[in-house]
Amino acid sequence: MKRHGLTITGAISAVTLVLTAILGIAITPPDVTQKEYARFLYLHPPMAWVAYLAFGVAALSSILYLWPRTRRPFFDYLALASVESGVLFTGLVLATGSMWAEPVWGTYWVWDARLTATALMFVMFLGYLAIRRMGGTAEQIARRGAIVALISSINVPIVHFSVLWWNTLHQGPSVLTPGLSSQGVHGAMAWTMLLSFVAFTTLFVWMILRRIRLEQLRSGVGVGVLDAAIAARVAEGDAVEVSA
Amino acid sequence: MLRDAWAIMTKDLRIEMRARVGLWQVLPFAAISLILFSFALGPKASTLAQGAAGMTWVGVLFATFLVVGRSQSLEMGTGVSEAQRLAGVDPAGMFLGKTAAVGIQLLAIELLLGLGAKLLLHFAIERFWILIVSSILATIGLAAVGTLYGALVAGARARETLLPMLVLPVLIPVLISAVRCWQAASVSSGLAIGEWLSILATFAVVYLAAGILLYGQVQESQ
Repeated sequence: MKRHGLTITGAISAVTLVLTAILGIAITPPDVTQKEYARFLYLHPPMAWVAYLAFGVAALSSILYLWPRTRRPFFDYLALASVESGVLFTGLVLATGSMWAEPVWGTYWVWDARLTATALMFVMFLGYLAIRRMGGTAEQIARRGAIVALISSINVPIVHFSVLWWNTLHQGPSVLTPGLSSQGVHGAMAWTMLLSFVAFTTLFVWMILRRIRLEQLRSGVGVGVLDAAIAARVAEGDAVEVSA
Repeated sequence: MLRDAWAIMTKDLRIEMRARVGLWQVLPFAAISLILFSFALGPKASTLAQGAAGMTWVGVLFATFLVVGRSQSLEMGTGVSEAQRLAGVDPAGMFLGKTAAVGIQLLAIELLLGLGAKLLLHFAIERFWILIVSSILATIGLAAVGTLYGALVAGARARETLLPMLVLPVLIPVLISAVRCWQAASVSSGLAIGEWLSILATFAVVYLAAGILLYGQVQESQ
């Protein structure tokens, strides 16, 4: 059943990604003002959504790990998988944003609120990956990671408001406003954009499912190897006793 | 909790008074950083005055790592943490005590850097109360986050590099808000400070609460 779920998610993701690419490159028209650069609309916003979703999942699973009653290794694996995907997608958001901004805004980078907040979020969660490499037992690593993920997530709204008041230039939200039709995204472009959100969200789900499975196998291998080593050592002792 | 916090704070400050690491290492470092910034920006009085608040707070941020590193090294002695656990020291009290001790040392550094900014960088002080309130709120935030992360990386081999990497992005709201408040304090009227003070206050409350709730978990991960 689990394997079926993984295969189905992967298949949906692959099909929707290919469809998004075809619709985004060949079918949808270029924008009146942004010309061909408007096609970043099918990459940048869904990636940003997935990045925020990933860090939200990481925060939630970290709380569940830190709460003694719900503490399970699964929540640590989920947080790790989400942060890894989140950092990847945040990096891609910053890269695609810069590629789009150069021709449209005339610069690769501006110290705008959303850009700055996203860059800081990227660095904060890189810290999560760094602290997991500090070493220690699996439980120590998991606990430290959960604390850092939680603190970083709490900081996201504070960072957002501080940099918002500090400097703002970014264009208004394209999607999360009432009435999609009243915005600048219309017809085929709106549908392609919607499809891209489905494609990247299912890609994210597939990635974290794979990553959780990998982490489960890795921890299982660790335990198995240790048990085997102990058994071998005990057997060695028994053999010495017998020969003596 | 508060009794434990008081005991830990007085213990840390007493050690600092005797060892004088802060006096002979951290304060000179903070002063040197202020002078370095002045050399980087050039001798023009107006440029220095304009950047004074920013330079001072970057100096405070750098000094925070030294103070936090020193604060945590006191706990790393052989058997210290075990003795504290056996004595039943409340983790929340421990966090508050260490945060208070770090905060008091940081306030002393801010006082020195503020004086340096006034004398060397021509920083004008028009509204003293803004300076005081914002510095206290910012210091609580810096000390709380520093103490929490300091304890988290206390056992790491590369903690000197890991601590700034983890803490600096988290402290950006404090840096922005404190600098804006100090800039507002240098003019008699005009610049609004309501939102900046609210960010500093929110940051301080959120991270004090996070530290009180999470410090026990941090100790268990050491």
